[in-house]
Amino acid sequence: MTMTRRKPIATGSDWNFEVLEAYERELARLADEYRLDTYPNQIEVITTEQMMDAYASVGMPVGYHHWSFGKQFLAVEQAYRRGQMGLAYELVINSDPCIAYLMEENTLMMQVLVMAHACYGHNSFFKGNYLFRAWTDASSIVDYLVFARKYVADCEQRHGVTAVEQLLDACHALQNYGVDRYKRPSPISADEEARRQTEREEYLQAQVNMLWRTIPDRPVGDTLPGSLDDGEDPLGLRTGGRYPPEPQENLLYFIEKNAPLLAPWQREIVRIVRKLAQYFYPQRQTQVMNEGWASFWHYTLMNRLYDEGLVDEGLILEFLQSHTAVVNQPDFDSPYYSGINPYALGFAMFSDIKRMCENPTDEDREWFPDTAGGDWLVTVHFAMRNFKDESFIQQFLSPKVIRDLKLFTVVDDDQDEMLEVTAIHDERGYRRVREALATQYALSLREPNIQVHAANIRGDRSLTLHHVQDSRRPLGRSVYPVLRHLYQLWGFPVRLESIMDDDSVGRHLQWPLPDEEAK
Amino acid sequence: MTYFIDRRANAKHKSAVNRQRFLDRYRTHIKRSVEEAVNRRSITDMERGEKVSIPARDISEPVFQHGPGGKRTIVSPGNKEFVEGDRLRRPGGGGGGGAGEGGASNQGEGTDEFAFTLSREEFLDFVFDGLELPHLERKALVDLDEVRPVRAGVSRDGVPARMNIVRSMREAYARRIAMRAPIRRALREAREALDMEEGKDPVLRNPARIAELKVEIERLEKRLEAVPFIDTYDLRYNNLINQPLPSSKAVMFCVMDVSGSMTQAHKDIAKRFFLLLYLFLERNYEKVELVFVRHHTAAKEVDEEEFFYSRETGGTIVSSALTLVDEIITKRYPPGQWNLYVAQASDGDNWDDDSITCREQLMKSLMPRLQYYTYVEITPHAHQALWEEYETVADEFPDRFAMRQIVEAGDIYPVFRELFKRRAAH
Repeated sequence: MTMTRRKPIATGSDWNFEVLEAYERELARLADEYRLDTYPNQIEVITTEQMMDAYASVGMPVGYHHWSFGKQFLAVEQAYRRGQMGLAYELVINSDPCIAYLMEENTLMMQVLVMAHACYGHNSFFKGNYLFRAWTDASSIVDYLVFARKYVADCEQRHGVTAVEQLLDACHALQNYGVDRYKRPSPISADEEARRQTEREEYLQAQVNMLWRTIPDRPVGDTLPGSLDDGEDPLGLRTGGRYPPEPQENLLYFIEKNAPLLAPWQREIVRIVRKLAQYFYPQRQTQVMNEGWASFWHYTLMNRLYDEGLVDEGLILEFLQSHTAVVNQPDFDSPYYSGINPYALGFAMFSDIKRMCENPTDEDREWFPDTAGGDWLVTVHFAMRNFKDESFIQQFLSPKVIRDLKLFTVVDDDQDEMLEVTAIHDERGYRRVREALATQYALSLREPNIQVHAANIRGDRSLTLHHVQDSRRPLGRSVYPVLRHLYQLWGFPVRLESIMDDDSVGRHLQWPLPDEEAK
Repeated sequence: MTYFIDRRANAKHKSAVNRQRFLDRYRTHIKRSVEEAVNRRSITDMERGEKVSIPARDISEPVFQHGPGGKRTIVSPGNKEFVEGDRLRRPGGGGGGGAGEGGASNQGEGTDEFAFTLSREEFLDFVFDGLELPHLERKALVDLDEVRPVRAGVSRDGVPARMNIVRSMREAYARRIAMRAPIRRALREAREALDMEEGKDPVLRNPARIAELKVEIERLEKRLEAVPFIDTYDLRYNNLINQPLPSSKAVMFCVMDVSGSMTQAHKDIAKRFFLLLYLFLERNYEKVELVFVRHHTAAKEVDEEEFFYSRETGGTIVSSALTLVDEIITKRYPPGQWNLYVAQASDGDNWDDDSITCREQLMKSLMPRLQYYTYVEITPHAHQALWEEYETVADEFPDRFAMRQIVEAGDIYPVFRELFKRRAAH
């Protein structure tokens, strides 16, 4: 190897804006070489305290006020003070321009690393990945957040902090069920929101009024509308089929449009929570890929800087130490184990794709005939653009990575007294491990499958949800408080039926509790 | 395209509102923790934050989630000796049983605590929430640090309105003298030289020299005139500095019975009461003086350390302490200048005849001069003579005399609150 003459831009651990800008220019040049397409970067230098603020609000530069963010702040602060948590050397939010935060306490190495990781890694992921492209509108999110904050603050003025807080509590409980999983939502735009908001209030209310115009009849009991055993209603006037005709997976959307008693401003707040949940939805599905992609690029870019002599040995050693810590995967029996580290898994997979292209083995050719020996840059870009965690693992997790991480699967069945190891990193196990790991990252299985089944619009106005059980897994105890929140939003009794594997109705929950109703 | 923004100077406490909302929402929980901490801590320990734990289930944000049970496949890293088909005991559950409720996921719920730290300010705010020293004849307590501008000499800088004319003119005069002196001297010398030259025999005169001297004299006269009458650096301004306003002063007498009839438990409770008091005063009133008087059959003024931590035995004569307080007031704290407060802690025991003396002393001599008198009696037993006598005092001065009974340590804080509760009327 020819020795490059070292002319580092800066040495030591101190930084200033001039140096940061110089490094940023070099990173931009290299990123361009690797065809990393990014939104413009807005790099903000902030203090530790501001970083904790940013953490508490999930990186949103502005947000409406709610106690839960305060709780989050206290938790972050506590963890940070105790040293349990390396504060966040990077935080980046999906917006255009892409906002990244640098903490002032960081060393020069850290700042360069964060710029490589966030401003070119995450940023290009946000711009390139299909989920983000399809589901979020980076250019308008900040404006929308400003609109949301102002709207919530206005509501607090008009209706009191407590009323708004209770409503937000209820919405937050359901926010994971406030997303459209299959159809693209209309883009959110602050201007449009503000302009159309009044209009929408009126329209929505009119629609709801239409739906609930019928004066409720005597309670029909537990008979669902649509059942045909009602002798007193031969013409089916009160049983016009189930509403909604199809099950609805977006509970908050259903509430916003159909809850009988919500005031227009309450519907608007439901909408705000729903829109924000939708915005975060892609993030929740691409954790491994996003962090893996960013780590892969910070590793590549930092090494390029070193190869070109733009950073000195001290900096690159400090970097390697930090990088190793970030992508470290403790074993399952280690006291430090807390699940699979998305940085480790993602980094290993992207690095492995590159390896398969550059130095394919026979195994790679057998398992990945399309990838092995290909152009690595094209392949990693393809992978980044077109997958989410679940499908990415399904598609690209190689036997080599399974071996390196020594992955194995254990089946925990409550009908079996013992746990059983069902697959390990061997010829028989690779596919099953890969299958299981992909499933583990499938949001649809991580969260219980709950849908709106029926709203009894002609009878007692009760709302019935169906929980389609997967592998007999029941709901956790938190289901009661969530139902209570749902009841607050709906305003009439709420039922939840667990549908078993054989389509029979299992557990049947109700809020308010039946005996309370009797009183 | 990239741009850098330095946000460090921006508003810091962006989360302050959210943090406050959280504290407000769990006020009752936090208060309970704070009250426990107050009873537990020692005095030197008060001025720091407090770690507060709230049961996690009380503040959880519930969402639909899977509970334990059913069948699931878990992928983990770091396999060492397992091979396919190995069967393992459930960790933790020790067998678990058929129901499968003992699985690891079960431990996720349950008794976890959400722990966080209140800052010192937040902690003390909770401690003193809504409390106020009664009847302090100072407008607002927070203004204790009020300042008043006072004259403090003259300075070179200031605004025209504060210009000191006399001093400025004097400076100008001095400057003119100083600046003109060398010119005058040179002028005088030049004139003398000219006179000498002109006084010479016409043959010996040097016309060139004369012309030269005349030019020189003319130049010097011009320079003399050019010295300004007043210049900017002559100006002097009256200087003002901010001097702390002498604020209304308060003195707090802590009176405690340390006689043999006071058990250690009694003393502990009394100490706690004063601790709180002490802290309350230290926090709210920087200019409050504390006088510690302890007594058995005889009273003695002691320092804080001795007051709280030394031991005495013997009988009880309460009036001895009251007499001493009275003397100290007369000697050191003339009521015209000081707001006087007395807080007394006792177990209620007293030499029988002495209680009447106490009442008389209070009624005649002390109460007319005091702002407020608080008495806590630490006893689970029936009240004795002292309490009864004090009740008559309380009837006489309902606004300024307060008495309460404490039975156990847990009562201190509520009593303390009660005694110093913000008086809505004022």
